[in-house]
Amino acid sequence: MSEKNTMQERNMTQVSARQKIVHGASRTLTYAFLIAMAVIVLFPFYWMLISSVKSLDEYRLNVPTFWPRQLLLSNYVDAFNTASLGRLFYNTMLVGVVSTILSLIITVLSAFAFARLEFKGRDTMFGLLLATMMIPGELFTITNYSTVTQLGWMNTYTVLIVPFLVSVFYIFLLRQNFMQIPNELYLAAKVDGTSDWKYLWKIMVPLALPTLISITILKMMGAWNSYIWPRLVANDEAHRMITNGLRNAFTDTTGDVNYPVQMAAVALVSAPLFLVFVFLRKYIMAGVSRSGIKG
Amino acid sequence: MKVVLQNLTKIFPSRDKKAGKEVVAVNDFTFEIPDGKLIGLLGPSGCGKSTTLYMISGLQKPTSGKIFFGDDDVTELSTENRGIGLVFQNYALYPHMTVKQNILFPLQNLKGADKLTKDQMLERAYEVAKLVQIDELMERKPSELSGGQQQRVAIARALVKMPRVLLLDEPLSNLDARLRLQTREEIRRIQKETNITTVFVTHDQEEAMSISDMIVVMKLGVVQQIGKPQEVYDDPTNLFVAKFLGTPPINVLSGRVENGRVYIGKDAIMDVKGVENQEVIIGIRPEGFELNENGALRCEMNNVEVMGRDVSIVSTNPASISPCIRSIINADNKVDLANKTVRYNVKPHKVFLFNKETEERIRYEVK
Repeated sequence: MSEKNTMQERNMTQVSARQKIVHGASRTLTYAFLIAMAVIVLFPFYWMLISSVKSLDEYRLNVPTFWPRQLLLSNYVDAFNTASLGRLFYNTMLVGVVSTILSLIITVLSAFAFARLEFKGRDTMFGLLLATMMIPGELFTITNYSTVTQLGWMNTYTVLIVPFLVSVFYIFLLRQNFMQIPNELYLAAKVDGTSDWKYLWKIMVPLALPTLISITILKMMGAWNSYIWPRLVANDEAHRMITNGLRNAFTDTTGDVNYPVQMAAVALVSAPLFLVFVFLRKYIMAGVSRSGIKG
Repeated sequence: MKVVLQNLTKIFPSRDKKAGKEVVAVNDFTFEIPDGKLIGLLGPSGCGKSTTLYMISGLQKPTSGKIFFGDDDVTELSTENRGIGLVFQNYALYPHMTVKQNILFPLQNLKGADKLTKDQMLERAYEVAKLVQIDELMERKPSELSGGQQQRVAIARALVKMPRVLLLDEPLSNLDARLRLQTREEIRRIQKETNITTVFVTHDQEEAMSISDMIVVMKLGVVQQIGKPQEVYDDPTNLFVAKFLGTPPINVLSGRVENGRVYIGKDAIMDVKGVENQEVIIGIRPEGFELNENGALRCEMNNVEVMGRDVSIVSTNPASISPCIRSIINADNKVDLANKTVRYNVKPHKVFLFNKETEERIRYEVK
């Protein structure tokens, strides 16, 4: 009897000691891995920052310096002036905000229709819409291009905003979210005297707010990062967007590129995105994991 | 406000158009709910009681028949305009709003002449919150409340616009036993204080009997019996009603009537007048037994359950249709467990006879 007791006690201490070691080891490994990955991810950013304050000569050294010899902050001023960054920012923000707002309205209304209203052929229609998600985006680019040229929309804000207002994916995302809202809430709202319209804005939209925020962020990031389409259809001074602006603005007449200044411009452009990421990390991660789109 | 249901019928079309049959959820329901009373709609699941409630609320449209609130025909009126309050089984509170916002919501939707100022709304909200005793919780979100508190918020939300009719859909089924007892008393109190005509759906007969002014027993869409709880209990129209009301449930045995005597097996348990010779189903309430050494009904003793004030004797009889016969006897009676056989006399007013085929009540006079 007493023997058995000691056995049990010994086992317990052993087990708990081993558990501690395993825990500690796995924790160390996890953090080591995370730190290594973080370094890999952050290094380009670091490189961007140090390059942006180097002189062109230092930048062109055969063995790049890891710590810049001098801090040439004037690169930032140059960047802002040569690239007319103000204009690029303005264009991008305008396109981003307007297309996000319009897109949200369209998404909310169609998601409500597909989730809540009953009409003939609703599910067939929704299925057809979903099927369009299988068509690669590049194919749209070609047909959209010929459409907008015929409409005479080249080099306007319209051409940057309208073709991408409807996103089947966002509608799908929000519809799924709407469908999870229990039917009783709809009935309760009816009893409480609301119309469908009021129910949508007072009950459903607030309840689906996390999804809507995710959509907003994804849409804004999309506008900020878009490159191919703006390059094709709106590449004049007045409507150029930020990514295209950065690509071209720093090439001088001899074909040389002033990389430090370009890096400074890139840093300026990344700053808002970086801030957005820091503050809205939670929603971005949720949105990205829902969409399977890389950030 | 009295509520009149006139030949109310609801037929759900079958899902499968080829094979399936349509479902008659409520069949030809006619009833006048008197003003200011609390009515319990009672029946097993699928008996059409919730459908009836939803038709009164306007959330479902009757296939045929009419509904009146007072003298107004509201059959075609949509839910928003009916002026009813409805408490859902799972409360259906708006999760993103505080308790206060939940209660204010119906008031904010009032239009035209009914519109209130902000101060009036707040006053009403606090008044009704006090009535259901949640005025301390107004700033909380529903997720921060217990089930009982959520339920009160739901009642407050239903009451705040002073509805013409208050409808409760199984309001107690999500609460634990103690809270259920307490809350049903409270519903009764609130209903008495506000004097709003109330319809209350439940599958729990005890719940319905304890607080309703009248109960309506339903089965498969057909109303079986309407009456005051005690009357329905004492005088059921058929076997279904007799079985549905009462805990422990009524004991059901097969027997026969022969020359004015009721037999269970060989035992003649009582004499009746005005019943022809026939096979019958006999229902005896648990409280309808009297222990007697020379009693007419002989059963095989199984065990005795002590419940304090009463004892419950579980016995078996070959003629019994229910698995055992349960009698409730005052605990003063000494029960000798050593006896293999227990003998009872029956109280005639606790014994009901039913037709073997139709299960309808066979009425008799006691000799």
